[in-house]
Amino acid sequence: MKFLTWIKVIIFLLCLIPLGHLGWGAFTNNLGANPIEVITRSTGKWTLMFLLITLSVSPLRKITRLQWLIKFRRMLGLFAFFYICLHFTTYIWLDQFFDIMAIGKDVIKRPFITVGFSSFVLLIPLALTSTRGMIKRLGGRRWQQLHRLIYLSAIGGVVHFLWLVKADLQRPLIYGAVLMLLLGFRIAVWARLTQVVKFFSKHRPTDLRRWLWGPARRRSPEHLSPHSRLLGRGQARAENSVVRDKGSSVPSRSTMSRIRS
Amino acid sequence: MLIKKPSDIKGSEITDKETYLNRRRFLIETSAAAAAVATGFVFPGHLGDSGEAHAGTKLDGVRKSPLSTGEKKTPFKDITNYNNFYEFGTDKYSPAKKSKSLITRPWTVAVEGEISRPKVYDVDELIKLSPLEERIYRLRCVEGWSMVIPWVGYPLNALIKVVEPTSKAKYLEFVTLYDPKQMPGQRRGVLDWPYVEGLRMDEAMNPLAILAVGLYGEVLPNQNGAPIRLVVPWKYGFKSIKSIVRIRFVEKQPKTAWEKAAPNEYGFYSNVNPEVDHPRWSQARERRIGEFFKRKTLMFNGYADHVAHLYKGMDLKIHF
Repeated sequence: MKFLTWIKVIIFLLCLIPLGHLGWGAFTNNLGANPIEVITRSTGKWTLMFLLITLSVSPLRKITRLQWLIKFRRMLGLFAFFYICLHFTTYIWLDQFFDIMAIGKDVIKRPFITVGFSSFVLLIPLALTSTRGMIKRLGGRRWQQLHRLIYLSAIGGVVHFLWLVKADLQRPLIYGAVLMLLLGFRIAVWARLTQVVKFFSKHRPTDLRRWLWGPARRRSPEHLSPHSRLLGRGQARAENSVVRDKGSSVPSRSTMSRIRS
Repeated sequence: MLIKKPSDIKGSEITDKETYLNRRRFLIETSAAAAAVATGFVFPGHLGDSGEAHAGTKLDGVRKSPLSTGEKKTPFKDITNYNNFYEFGTDKYSPAKKSKSLITRPWTVAVEGEISRPKVYDVDELIKLSPLEERIYRLRCVEGWSMVIPWVGYPLNALIKVVEPTSKAKYLEFVTLYDPKQMPGQRRGVLDWPYVEGLRMDEAMNPLAILAVGLYGEVLPNQNGAPIRLVVPWKYGFKSIKSIVRIRFVEKQPKTAWEKAAPNEYGFYSNVNPEVDHPRWSQARERRIGEFFKRKTLMFNGYADHVAHLYKGMDLKIHF
């Protein structure tokens, strides 16, 4: 527990480096010929970066089975929100200087700004419901459904970037490829789940779990994150069943025979 | 002793693979230096250091011009470090870093097509075709920023008069060097290389259109389009093609590099026009580099008195 807290502090500080870098550049008057453009680009880039990092937590957790990774997800997601706020403020304040008419026109007329603005708006409810209290109030399942908005927001972010470049699509396409990979992982898991659920509908759910993620390790309840404990009952049940299974790597004889039949 | 090895090459490095590969370049550089001295040019600086050997040299006998603006000039540092020159990368800060690989001497410019006197000019000969003038112009980039740049050059029409266009010459087509070895940005197909730009004959004849060879009274730095470039101040910056190797007089309107890349976004004319927006962003305002507040963009970048008559009767929403 102590160890994780330290890691959390370190990650928190690492997440502030892009801001520190910009701040130092501004302080030393070292942001180049067009500082406002540099700030806009940098905060935008880091928003996308943090969205992708946040979206990679769950796949990483599933692949590595390091359950504690989820403890950083909220913080990383909030950093994405933090940088998008800076990005938006830069646009409103430094770029347009509160010219509401011009901003309104931009949001309506310029597809890349419409999409970017929508991505920002979509993240607001997620940031607001990121507290433990809100998870409880909403209930795990509903909370999880709401937080799937991050998929839309990230897609919007990549499209926003793609539509603003003049000719060189390389960088937005790289972000797009990573995002497709991360969303693709979820689709694959989902597709496999439904397929397997169909097949195993006659069998015990523990077999399904084992078939998906391999032999389970024994875990004590305190290793489960507060999130996963609060998340939908289905997930909690799955975790509990794994614990109950005592980590045997070979399916019981009865299960095997049932699979064969 | 004109031809000598740079002192930092040790004997043990002579047969080095890299040295071997660079031999061609080394020969070009040293012969360029020899040619320069032979033709009466003396370039201070380091002879072996390509590109930079020429940039920064003071240009003599530059006359002032009534066509210059009196606005505050953008600092040299910004003009030479914030560039759109995709041949050296699409990031605005990379041309300053990567353009050292451009070898600007010897350099030839082929002037050809529908003219009575086609000729392949050595760039030093081309530079001496007409007296050099300082032209302090506004430059408005299609991306929404602008600068005030003291160019050194001479009117394009001086060259046009010398080469005597035929009656078939309706347009001029300009072409940038294509050499991915010197221009690393060309190794990626961001644009359909080489870069091509064009002007209508009457636009090219307008006294505002110049061939620029210098900046702030000095030889043009590589990242700004050395050794010779076009400057058409009433059009968006990308029309002012850099590092020209060919000027062809043609009958039909040339297809420009940006037109090929996105015909609905970048037209042949590309005149600065606050009323016709880029399909993806507004062109009504611009940020002058070094200023915090945006300013209103002026019709034809403030050169309407000089050029508006060229487009009389044309719908600029169609001919954007």
